[in-house]
Amino acid sequence: MTTPHDRIDGRPDRRASGAEPEPGVRPAPEPPRRLPEFDFAAYRSTELRSPRQPLVIPPSGATEPTGPVFGVADVHPLDADLTAQHVGEPLGERIVVGGRVLDESGRPLRGQLVELWQANAAGRYPHKADRHPAPLDPNFTGAGRCLTDEEGRYRFVTIKPGAYPWGNHHNAWRPAHIHFSLFGTAFTQRLVTQMYFPGDPLFAYDPIFNSVRDERARRRMIAGFDMDTTVSEWALGYRWDIVLGGASATPTEDR
Amino acid sequence: MSTRPMDTSPMNTWPIGAEGDTPNPDGGLTPSQTVGPFFGYALPFAGGPDLVPPHTPGAIRVHGTVYDGAGVPVPDAVVEIWQADATGRIPRAPGSFARDGVTFTGWGRAAVDRLGRYAFSTVRPGAPGADANPYLAMSVFARGMLRRVVTRVYFPEDDRHADPLFALVPASRHETLIAVREESGSYRFDVHIQGEQETVFLAV
Ligand SMILES: [Fe+2]
Repeated sequence: MTTPHDRIDGRPDRRASGAEPEPGVRPAPEPPRRLPEFDFAAYRSTELRSPRQPLVIPPSGATEPTGPVFGVADVHPLDADLTAQHVGEPLGERIVVGGRVLDESGRPLRGQLVELWQANAAGRYPHKADRHPAPLDPNFTGAGRCLTDEEGRYRFVTIKPGAYPWGNHHNAWRPAHIHFSLFGTAFTQRLVTQMYFPGDPLFAYDPIFNSVRDERARRRMIAGFDMDTTVSEWALGYRWDIVLGGASATPTEDR
Repeated sequence: MSTRPMDTSPMNTWPIGAEGDTPNPDGGLTPSQTVGPFFGYALPFAGGPDLVPPHTPGAIRVHGTVYDGAGVPVPDAVVEIWQADATGRIPRAPGSFARDGVTFTGWGRAAVDRLGRYAFSTVRPGAPGADANPYLAMSVFARGMLRRVVTRVYFPEDDRHADPLFALVPASRHETLIAVREESGSYRFDVHIQGEQETVFLAV
């Protein structure tokens, strides 16, 4: 199933060779395919933060096929509107970002917590360590949450984030992106990822985006401009569907 | 050009990808991306590391440090745990963010501090089945990690041979899956993302 893929970084493909198993250790079956690989040389911080040993497929436990449940008590309706968290309105281009959260069979995941965070319109995070000399916006924090509805849909109102520089290499810039965090119905489905905007000229230069080597998979991280999500006289809309893998083998009793 | 710390020109030959006019055109799995360095104002929340309030009867403290491949603490990681309750039952109650102080939701989140340290207050889980030892399922996310790593935190009081995972792991690496009980009664579980003591990570 797994196709070998090119390594442009010149490092040996440790995943394929793996470490020599010690005597008496049972050979493990092929692990589930997750993208991207941990180690991508162009993203320099992965060098010391990527495991070198082969991952172990655990025996089926009772814990990993299940996951935390979130409910209305965990989320305030206003958490989904990042433009309404302060006294004034934030600067920048107001946008609507929405879509569906699905499992790998295309089934909607209902009542799912979606967390999101992002830079402001100037490309700045309200974080002490963010040294980018761009203005903070007193009317924008840039963090939100919501629950998916009966059809697995989520919807946020926010500001289009700006691109920002980072120290990975000379003249390194992140394409505009929104960070997303999802849970699914199982611990195995947990996903933290980033959503990108269509047509970004920085795609070709960004090691994080390009760490996903498969072009089709990379496209899945790019939202589509969507006229149906766009609100007349008010805000452009982007649609982004998220597909979580690693579902529990047993059906979940979601209600 | 040649003075650049890294030649970025190969990226220009990478396929750029779609214009994105169709959201998720092939319905495949959404890839992971790093949590980045700037999640600190968004992901941590009040009570996140406290699955039960500290100092409640039966509460245990599980803490440790996240290290990179050079043995340096990682100051921008976030750790999450998911577990059965004290009787081995999988919690189904919502409220991890609300944290009413009574409901056990089984899930917690702790961002590490500047020294790479995290700490949870929780209960020792019951055994999830007759042929398995109790454990905490743990995820670690960090800047520089394109995907989370996943492991299990086992407890030193249990016989490792009773749990099938250990048969799949070289004996020399067993210790990386087992918390150390400290004199204070706390359990210490360090995570080594890479290196001599690399923690056993699971494919899920
Ligand atoms: Fe970011």
